[in-house]
Amino acid sequence: MSDFKVNHRDGEGFSVLELKGYLDAHTAPDLETTFQKLLTDKKYNIIVNCKDLTYISSAGLGVFMAYIEDVRKNRGDIKLTNMSPKVYNVFDLLGFPVLYEIYRDEHEAANKFRQQSKKG
Amino acid sequence: MAKSMTKTIPSKTGKLLEVREFVASEARAFGFSDEDISKIALAVDEACTNIIRHAYQNDPNRAISITIQKKRDRFEVSIVDDGKKFDPAVLKPLNLKEHLTQYRRGGLGVYLMKTLMDKVEYNTLGDKKNEVRLTKFLHPVRARQ
Repeated sequence: MSDFKVNHRDGEGFSVLELKGYLDAHTAPDLETTFQKLLTDKKYNIIVNCKDLTYISSAGLGVFMAYIEDVRKNRGDIKLTNMSPKVYNVFDLLGFPVLYEIYRDEHEAANKFRQQSKKG
Repeated sequence: MAKSMTKTIPSKTGKLLEVREFVASEARAFGFSDEDISKIALAVDEACTNIIRHAYQNDPNRAISITIQKKRDRFEVSIVDDGKKFDPAVLKPLNLKEHLTQYRRGGLGVYLMKTLMDKVEYNTLGDKKNEVRLTKFLHPVRARQ
């Protein structure tokens, strides 16, 4: 049984990571590996869909912190979507909504990337 | 009368889910709301994660014991290790915005524990073990009056 899963798929001009299950100190390295691979492949427009994410601790939040700087240096972004109120609450307690764009769904985040690429 | 129960785990992050389930089930039985149950389980996860990473420096062969004491108006979780002592005084009060804009990852767990629980205490026990004691009141407003 796996407590956590990351599914990666590519859209037009962005990559989507679908997170499922529990993101804690045990499973955070799985997400780190996925982010590392995206950066190696120079994929800097990243949407993280949290629809099936049932739990996050600061170890999980730390993964986003670890990669956001590199991603933005390369004119990309990490945009988060579909958070349950429980997961959003943890992001909120740590002030993440100031630093990260959080959208209701993937579609909104994808539109934002499209607008940004037109401007850029 | 206070009721207490203890769970001892090896210092492995793979045990965190089991710890959260243990704490959540006791918190539920004590009468907490879903929101408070989540907060307590997360705070205990953060305490255990800090012990595994810092007190035991990722050595998976050490022990962490988690004791829950249910008192009349409060739920106390005592988490004990015999690793490197953590001195909370060395952590400066966290300026969250400054911390985040510098992309610093450390210290978030301690900040979360304080935010999620009503009381966070660090003690050195008689046998030189370290204890972090997390307290949540069942009815915080009444309990503080």
